[in-house]
Amino acid sequence: MPTVTMTVNGQQVSREVDPRTLLVDFLRNELHLTGTHVGCDTSQCGACVVHVDGTSQKACTMLAMQADGCEITTIEGLAKNGELHPMQAAFKEHHGLQCGFCTPGMVMSAVDLVQRNPDPNEHEVREWLEGNICRCTGYHNIVKAIQHAAKDMRG
Amino acid sequence: MPDTGAQRVLRKEDNRFLTGRGHYTDDFNRQGQAFGVFVRSEMAHARIKSIDTSQAEQAPGVVAVFTGKDMEADGVGSLPCGWTVTDKHGNPHKAPPHWPLARDRVRYVGDHVAFVVAETDAQARDAAELVEVDYEPLDAVVETGKALNGPQVHDEAPDNLCFDWEIGDKQATDDAFAKADRVSKIELVNNRLIPNAIEPRAAIGEYDPGTDEYTLYSTSQNPHLLRLILCAFVLNLPEHKVRVVAPDVGGGFGSKIYCYAEETVCVWASKKLNGRPIKWLATRTEAFQADAHGRDHITTAEMAMDKDGKFLGMRVDTLANLGAYLSNFATAVPTYLYGTLLAGQYKTPAIHGNVKAVFTNTAPVDAYRGAGRPEATYVVERLVERCARDMNMDPAEIRRRNFVQPDEFPYQTPVALTYDSGQYELALDEALKMIDYPNFAQRRQESERKGKLRGIGFSAYIEACGIAPSQVVGALGAGVGLWESAQVRFNATGSISVFTGSHSHGQGHETTFAQMVADKFGTDYNNVDIVHGDTGRIPMGMGTYGSRSLAVGGSAILRACDKVVEKGKKIAAHMLEASVDDIEFDSGTFRVAGTDKTKSIGEIAFAAYVPHDFPQDVEPGLDETAFYDPANFTYPSGVHIAEIEIDPDTGETEIADWVAVDDFGRVINPMIVEGQVHGGIAQGVGQALLENAVYDPDSGQLVTGSYQDYTMPRADDLPSFRVGMTETPCPHNPVGAKGCGEAGAIAAPAALMNAITDALGTEEIQMPATREKVWRLAQQRLAPAAE
Ligand code: FES
Ligand code: FES
Repeated sequence: MPTVTMTVNGQQVSREVDPRTLLVDFLRNELHLTGTHVGCDTSQCGACVVHVDGTSQKACTMLAMQADGCEITTIEGLAKNGELHPMQAAFKEHHGLQCGFCTPGMVMSAVDLVQRNPDPNEHEVREWLEGNICRCTGYHNIVKAIQHAAKDMRG
Repeated sequence: MPDTGAQRVLRKEDNRFLTGRGHYTDDFNRQGQAFGVFVRSEMAHARIKSIDTSQAEQAPGVVAVFTGKDMEADGVGSLPCGWTVTDKHGNPHKAPPHWPLARDRVRYVGDHVAFVVAETDAQARDAAELVEVDYEPLDAVVETGKALNGPQVHDEAPDNLCFDWEIGDKQATDDAFAKADRVSKIELVNNRLIPNAIEPRAAIGEYDPGTDEYTLYSTSQNPHLLRLILCAFVLNLPEHKVRVVAPDVGGGFGSKIYCYAEETVCVWASKKLNGRPIKWLATRTEAFQADAHGRDHITTAEMAMDKDGKFLGMRVDTLANLGAYLSNFATAVPTYLYGTLLAGQYKTPAIHGNVKAVFTNTAPVDAYRGAGRPEATYVVERLVERCARDMNMDPAEIRRRNFVQPDEFPYQTPVALTYDSGQYELALDEALKMIDYPNFAQRRQESERKGKLRGIGFSAYIEACGIAPSQVVGALGAGVGLWESAQVRFNATGSISVFTGSHSHGQGHETTFAQMVADKFGTDYNNVDIVHGDTGRIPMGMGTYGSRSLAVGGSAILRACDKVVEKGKKIAAHMLEASVDDIEFDSGTFRVAGTDKTKSIGEIAFAAYVPHDFPQDVEPGLDETAFYDPANFTYPSGVHIAEIEIDPDTGETEIADWVAVDDFGRVINPMIVEGQVHGGIAQGVGQALLENAVYDPDSGQLVTGSYQDYTMPRADDLPSFRVGMTETPCPHNPVGAKGCGEAGAIAAPAALMNAITDALGTEEIQMPATREKVWRLAQQRLAPAAE
C-alpha cells in the first residue's frame, strides 16, 4: 500500500493507505479527526469541507493520495490556544448552528470566503454557500454570522 | 411560575460543535467492530424466489450474510405501527406485517433484503454486490391517486385501503352547505417530501455475551421509545438488558423518531455473531430511499359561507399515501394530527373530514416536521384564501371576520380539540404592520412597471403540540403514553444534574433547560448540566417530536425542581430551627419568613449528602424525579405573510419579504426560538418551491434519489426572515410554553402558495411551484387575451 504524508493542523503525519481512501475517510478513520463530517455521496452537501493548502475543498471529492504533501486544516485546527477563531465565535454569537452537523463544513467554507472577499454582502455570502446545505437553520443566522465574522477578521 | 425571563443566552453546546468535538453516532468506534451493509430491493414490487448468498460469503473480509429467513427462524417480530386507527365502520386499520428483512416479497425500492457483515465498510459494500436475488417482478403502484385501483400491495388490504376514517358531523355539514350563499372549492396536492437531516442515520449494535446485555448507539430522536419497541415488539428482549444511546444527533425533523429495520438488524446480528459490535452507516442514497418520507396527500376541500363571508361549514376529502408499510406513527398523522386541525383559527360551526389512507409501492411515510398540521394548515389556508378571492374580500378581512376571539377560550372545535388560548387578531395586526400592508398595492405597481408579477399571501396557522393527555390519546388508539419524565439532582458540591427524557438534536436543550433550572434555583446556568439521549443514564423518557420538549419535558423538569424545593424546606426548617410552614424559598435561598435567618440551596444540598445535622424523618440526598402528563395539547398559532415577485421571463419566484408573527406562549430563549422559526420556514419554502419526492410511475424507481435530483433549499434560495412574537402563555402547563419547532414548516407553504397564486391570478398550480410551472402560468397570464 502506498504511503501518504501531509501536514494536518500543523502536524506532519504519514500513513499507508488503500489507494481508494478518500481524504475525508483518512481524516476521520486514520487520524480520528471526526469533526469533518460526511453528509452525502454526491459531493453536494459540504459537510466535509476542509482547507487544502489554504483553500476550501470537499474532502469527500479528493483521495487521500491527492493530498500527499499538502497542508490540511480541519475544523479541529481552527481554534488557536483555546480561543475560537473569529468565524467560530461569530457562529456562536449569532446562533448560526443548531444540530451542528453541517457546521464544520460551513465554518471552513466561510473562512475561505472571507479570506478571498473580506467584506462580502448578503448576496455574495448566499452565493458562496451554494455548496453547503444546512437543514436546520434556514441560513438566516449563518449569513449574519459570516458577515459579522468578516468584520472581526478585518479587525 | 418563576420568572424565567426571556433571555438570549448563548448555547452551551456550541463550543463542542464548533470545534469538531461533537460525538455523533458515526464518531463512535467499538472494539472489534465489523461493518454491516444492506442489500436493498431495486424493484418496486417483486416476489423473492431465492437469495443466493454463497458468493458474497466467500468475498474478502466477509463475516456473515443474513436474510429474512434467518430472522424468521429466530422468531424476530414485525416492526409495529404504534397507533390503531378505527375506521368509520368501527374496524381497526389494516396492519400487514413489516419484517426487518423482507421474507417473501419486496414492496418498494430500498426495501431491506439482506445484511452483509464484513471487516470493513468497503468490503461489506463490495460483497453486497455479490448477493444474488432472484425476483419475480410484480405490478407496482406508486401514485397516491392510483392506489385504490392499483395492483395489490398487501394481501391483507383489499384495494390497498388501510383505513377509511372520518371526523366531524356529516349531517350538520351537509345542512350548512344546503343553506350557504356561496361555496368555494379547491383541490390540492401536498407533495411527498424527504426529510434529509444532514447527518445520515447510523447505528452500532453491540451484544455482551458475558452479561447478556445489549447496547445500541443510534441516531435517534427517541431512545427510550426505540428501546421499548425493540424489546416489546421486535426482538423480544428484557428492557433492563438493553441500553440505547443517542448521542449528538445531526437533525431529525421526525425521520429519526422511528424504530427502523436497520437498528433492529444490527442489534440482532451482533448477538448472532457472538457479541461482535456491528456498525451500519447510511449513505445519502439510502437516506433518500429508506428514511420515512413525509406528507403525500391529495385533497378536495370546500367551504360554505353566508353572504358576509362567514364560514358555515367545511368539507374535506383526503387521500393519504402511507407507503409500502406502516411506520410507527403512520396512521396517526393523516387522522388525529390532521383531521383534528381542520378548524384552523376559525369558528366554522360544522366540519366533516374524510380520510382514506392507502398503501403504495413507495417508502413508508410518517411524521415529518409538523406531521399532519402542515397538511391541515395548507388545506385550510389555501381554501380561506380562495374564499376571499371568490367573495372579492380582503384576505386579512375574511380571516378577521371568522377568527376565534380571545374571550372565547377554551374553544371547542367541531373536530375534537379544545383550544386553550390565543390572540389571533393580534398576530394578524402585527404582521400586517410589519409587512406594511397598506402600501402593498403601490409595491405591486412598481413591480409591474419592471415587468414583474408581485403577490402577497397569508397563512394564519394553528398547531397542536405536546400531544396529550395519555388517557385521551390512549382512547384514540395510541400505543404509548405521552408524558415526559425528569430527574433533578443536586450534587453534594452544589452543582445540578438534570436528566431529561426529551432529546436534543439541534433544539438547544442543554441551554434552555439549564436557563430554566438556574433561574429556579438562583444559580449560575453553567452549574446546571443537562443529560439526555442515553437510556442508561435517564430512567424514562418519550423523546423529542411534535414541539413537546419545553411544554412537556420542561414541565416535568419544573415539577422535579418543585419537589427539590419542598424537600429543601424540610431540611432548612430543621437547620434553622423553624417550622416548615414558615420557610420561604426564593432565588436559591431558604428563609424563615420575616427574619434574616437563611440557608442557601447549596448549603442545603451539602447537608443532604453530609447529614450530620439533619431531620430524623427525612431521607438524605437531594434528588427528585417527576413525570408530567399534560392536561391538554398546547396550541401555538400565528400569522405568516409572504410577499413575492415573479420574473415572467425566467419563472423565478423571488421572496421579497417574509414576516412571521408567532405565539409560542412563554419563551425562555428568544434566540433559540427564532432559530427554530427560521429553520421551519426554510423547510416550508422548500416544500412550496423546490422539494418533491418523485417515483417513476412505470418502473417505481425513486427518480429523486440524491441531492442532484431532489432540490434542497440552499442559502441563495432563501431570504432573511422578519420574525415577531406575541405571547399568550399556555394556561395549563407550569412553564406556560406552547412549542415552536414546527411552526415555520406549518405556516410557510400556504403563505407562499397563496402569494404565488395571487401573483399569477390562478390557483391551477400545485407544490412545488417550480420555475417551469410558474413560467408557464406567468406566460399565460401575460399573453394577450384570446380573441
Ligand atoms: S460529504 Fe457531502 S459534499 Fe462531501
Ligand atoms: S445546523 Fe443542522 S444541518 Fe446545519
